[in-house]
Amino acid sequence: MLIRRPTDIPPSEITPREVYFNRRQWMAGAAGLALATALPRSLEAAPLSSAKSPFSTDEKKTSREDITSYNNYYEFGTGKEDPAAKAGSLKTSPWTVKIDGMVGKPAEFAIEDLIKSSALEERIYRMRCVEGWSMVIPWVGFPLADLVKRVEPLGSAKYVAFETAYRPEEMPGVESIFPVLDWPYVEGLRLDEAMNPLTILAVGLYGETLPNQNGAPIRLVVPWKYGFKGIKSITRISFVDKQPETSWNKQAPSEYGFYANVNPSVDHPRWSQATERRIGEGGLFVKRRPTLMFNGYAEQVASLYTGMDLRKLY
Amino acid sequence: MAGRASVQADKKSLALPQVPKIAIYLVGFIPAIWLFYAGITDQLGADPMRYLEQGLGLWALRFLIATLTITPLRQLFNINLLRYRRALGLIAFYYAALHLVTYLVLDQGLDVSAIVADIVKRPYITIGMATFVILVPLALTSNNASIRRMGGQAWAKLHRLVYLAAIGAALHFLLVVKSWPPEPLVYAAIVAVLLGYRLIRSTMKKTSPRRRLA
Repeated sequence: MLIRRPTDIPPSEITPREVYFNRRQWMAGAAGLALATALPRSLEAAPLSSAKSPFSTDEKKTSREDITSYNNYYEFGTGKEDPAAKAGSLKTSPWTVKIDGMVGKPAEFAIEDLIKSSALEERIYRMRCVEGWSMVIPWVGFPLADLVKRVEPLGSAKYVAFETAYRPEEMPGVESIFPVLDWPYVEGLRLDEAMNPLTILAVGLYGETLPNQNGAPIRLVVPWKYGFKGIKSITRISFVDKQPETSWNKQAPSEYGFYANVNPSVDHPRWSQATERRIGEGGLFVKRRPTLMFNGYAEQVASLYTGMDLRKLY
Repeated sequence: MAGRASVQADKKSLALPQVPKIAIYLVGFIPAIWLFYAGITDQLGADPMRYLEQGLGLWALRFLIATLTITPLRQLFNINLLRYRRALGLIAFYYAALHLVTYLVLDQGLDVSAIVADIVKRPYITIGMATFVILVPLALTSNNASIRRMGGQAWAKLHRLVYLAAIGAALHFLLVVKSWPPEPLVYAAIVAVLLGYRLIRSTMKKTSPRRRLA
């Protein structure tokens, strides 16, 4: 596959500030569609070829427009439209992912090399947000297990910790006077969760490289967990022996656990998790659908949690 | 809230163009009409139901806040908009009712057990419902006949419940979001300032000599 990214985007290519702000006001006035579709989809989307996967669902995919315009990426603001409007400022090239900690082969991968050396697959996964909505997203990525094997974790490594880039000058949300989260965003998985064949590092979406608002250039996708586990724009992956800290757990431990498995019978303390709204389905008259245990992936992952009290380890 | 002083204050208040009250209603409902129209024509983004629901709730809070600015505007800046307060309050109530109907019908699909569970188990829903319940008697008595029937003092006393409703609405907004994003904090701060102003003024009135009144 060919990943060609301009190293330098001429200023003329970048949507001017006025346009963003106009667009935001427009959206706030609830009249965004006309202008939103007129904006460039992504400044640097490049095609990615990938193999099909038996893990893909055949459910109706959420539209590219919805997947790329309705995002939670608080480094760019807390509004759902903020990432699409503001994440363009994140420079995703050059980009390196550092692998360290309890591994036999610590490494620093340039994103191009990592993509080139991995067998990319299309994984059409359900994505369930902790807020009670869901999408069906055609990711392009590779199993995290492939990368884990390459760096040869030591026997002492029990968990994998992930870290997002922290760049105040490119991320308008991180220096807000209202600190929403403790930056940089961090996430973690147990090593066996990381090795599960469903767990992928995604580098693309709808057959193209990831738009910035979806976590370019590389992000985690763990389809049986709530969306916030899918850490975006990863710069560092560490192998550790203790359960790593995770951003939302630090922010509100009683509301967001380390595991964060999709579970309709364990409510968020402030809202029910029994049902969800599928984005793009029914518009104003969307019907809630029941949320499935492990987001419908119980067959592949339930055995990871045998004997665990998922009410306590939510 | 307003009380008797308002009539006297009229004399020295700024001369403002007299806009007919009906214009307040017409302008006030533009956001609702636009939200419904945009929702039906699929212009509210990826999650239109949520956008409509939150939009209506936000406008209810905005109009509620607008009613609370009338008294400080008059007392501090000599701007008298008292004649529009009833319209603003009623519009706030209508938005709250539309917000509630959207939650009941479009969000929860009239699933009674889910709704009851929400009201009982979710503090933000409990607070939201309580806030709406508080607004009902205020809306029902927002007419001259009620003021005559109840007497000005009793009426004013009842309508002080609007302070509680404003607190409830701001809390409801704060509790529905993850973490502490700016928008609900800003609205909560505005409500806090408007109510804090009244608290300070009433304590000053109590402690200072009577002649300094009005």
